[in-house]
Amino acid sequence: MPVLRVRDVRKRFGDHAALDGVNLDVHEGEVVTVIGPSGSGKSTLVRCVHQLESIDGGAMYLDGELLGYEMHRGHLRPLPDRKVAAQRGRMGMVFQQFNLFPHWSVLRNVIEAQVAVHGRRPEEAREEALRLLKRVGLAGKTDAHPRQLSGGQQQRVAIARALATQPRIMLFDEPTSALDPELVDEVLSVVLDLARGGMTMIIVTHEMSFAREVADRCVFMEEGRVVETGTPEEIFDNPASPRLQAFLSRFSGRATRTPDERILEEESTS
Amino acid sequence: MSTTPQVVDVASARPRIRPLRWVFGVVLLVLVAQFAWFLVTNPRFEWSVAGTYLFDPNILRGLGMSLLLTVIGMVLGSVLGVLLAAGRLSDFTPVAWACGVYVAVFRGIPPLVQLIFWFNLGYLLPRISLGVPFGPTFVSWPTNSVISSLTAAIIGLTLHEAAYMAEIVRAGVLAVDGGQRDAARAMGFTARQSFVKVVLPQAMRVIVPPTGSQFISLLKGTSLVSVIAMADLLYSVQVIYNRTYEIVPLLIVACAWYLVVVTVLSLGQRRLEQHFGKGQR
Repeated sequence: MPVLRVRDVRKRFGDHAALDGVNLDVHEGEVVTVIGPSGSGKSTLVRCVHQLESIDGGAMYLDGELLGYEMHRGHLRPLPDRKVAAQRGRMGMVFQQFNLFPHWSVLRNVIEAQVAVHGRRPEEAREEALRLLKRVGLAGKTDAHPRQLSGGQQQRVAIARALATQPRIMLFDEPTSALDPELVDEVLSVVLDLARGGMTMIIVTHEMSFAREVADRCVFMEEGRVVETGTPEEIFDNPASPRLQAFLSRFSGRATRTPDERILEEESTS
Repeated sequence: MSTTPQVVDVASARPRIRPLRWVFGVVLLVLVAQFAWFLVTNPRFEWSVAGTYLFDPNILRGLGMSLLLTVIGMVLGSVLGVLLAAGRLSDFTPVAWACGVYVAVFRGIPPLVQLIFWFNLGYLLPRISLGVPFGPTFVSWPTNSVISSLTAAIIGLTLHEAAYMAEIVRAGVLAVDGGQRDAARAMGFTARQSFVKVVLPQAMRVIVPPTGSQFISLLKGTSLVSVIAMADLLYSVQVIYNRTYEIVPLLIVACAWYLVVVTVLSLGQRRLEQHFGKGQR
């Protein structure tokens, strides 16, 4: 049984179909990277899986359990808030903008959900938090407040915070898109380390070389649909669909250049 | 071209002379001196009379009543205000709409008018009863025995205050970044936990400063209850000067106490702001 099963999921924002019948299975220990142009529905997909957005159709299962709905006298009905919260607590989410809680110290950011959601004893939660912060290389920053950290450090705390509740699956929503270029690698190396440790993950990213390196399976999305899915070699070396070929050619040209070179080039062409 | 010395160091520069500042400074000084002269030399201020009444037991009792009304109005008004704000932010339209109408009505009617209205409720509604709507009545009291000047004052000030607090709390909650709510829900917090642990503490930074101002303006607003014969600070002063005709010195006593309390409140407000300002990005 897959850890996560996404079946024909549809999501509309007004007239725009953000997700148009998406299917995806993620198995235990598998790392799935999702690539595609802006507005292709990649972020919407992970936000829907985490039930931060409601879906209009289809179904999603976590360890075989239907997400967000239950059967009641032969009819489906939405789960009450408390049960939805409990389901969310079994998944970890890392946001583009980090979204650490600015009024708490780094340590409390990592402790709080363990105690409040999973009922762990405070000392136990504290030990786990210290262990995780050490793992992401921030053992010395436990008492700092989020605003005192760099973007890369904040994102690593956010990863530790998501890991603290021992999620069945980690969801990354463009974890490096808000970072200065020189801070991207420290976050990616933490994610890579998690992948090697056997964590089940979905990673939405614009970092093509990383998407290839970390993935067991890669998914290409466009206009709310999964256009192509396969091993990194299949996706990046032998793209089948013309759309993926076009996307990669546009991208690979840019990805091999450093930001400085990109600026120089733009200046010379204008 | 004029010759400049080879080595220039701006540290040796002298301040510019700014004649207009001198002019305004002198004008200000003259005005202050004139006002001070007026305060000291005009015998009608009767400073000694003001001094003797400053700690008069009746006036202190009035001050106590003003403070009591302020605290009660603020506490009840804040509780009701938070509920109204939650109602206005609710996705259940009838509730959001009803709370919006409440705020519009009670913020729109002057508090003085509301006080007089509540005080005269007995005319509109001779009896107050508990029972099933449109059905049988269980208990009933004559309105005039329930609505004293105290209850009218508390009801009027609370309902008025709640409308303002609702807007302040709502603005505070809306000012919290949406990503914070997402993150709180993503951690598995319930809606209630995410509001109490994440949204409200961050909203406080926006809520506290205007709440302090509300507290101060409510204290001053309590002087309105003197029109419904409520024995607050202003009313106590009026009772005395209606008898002795020492109007100015007694108003000075009232002013002095209002200023003392407002100054203390302002200091408290500043400390609260510092407390809730931490963690600010």
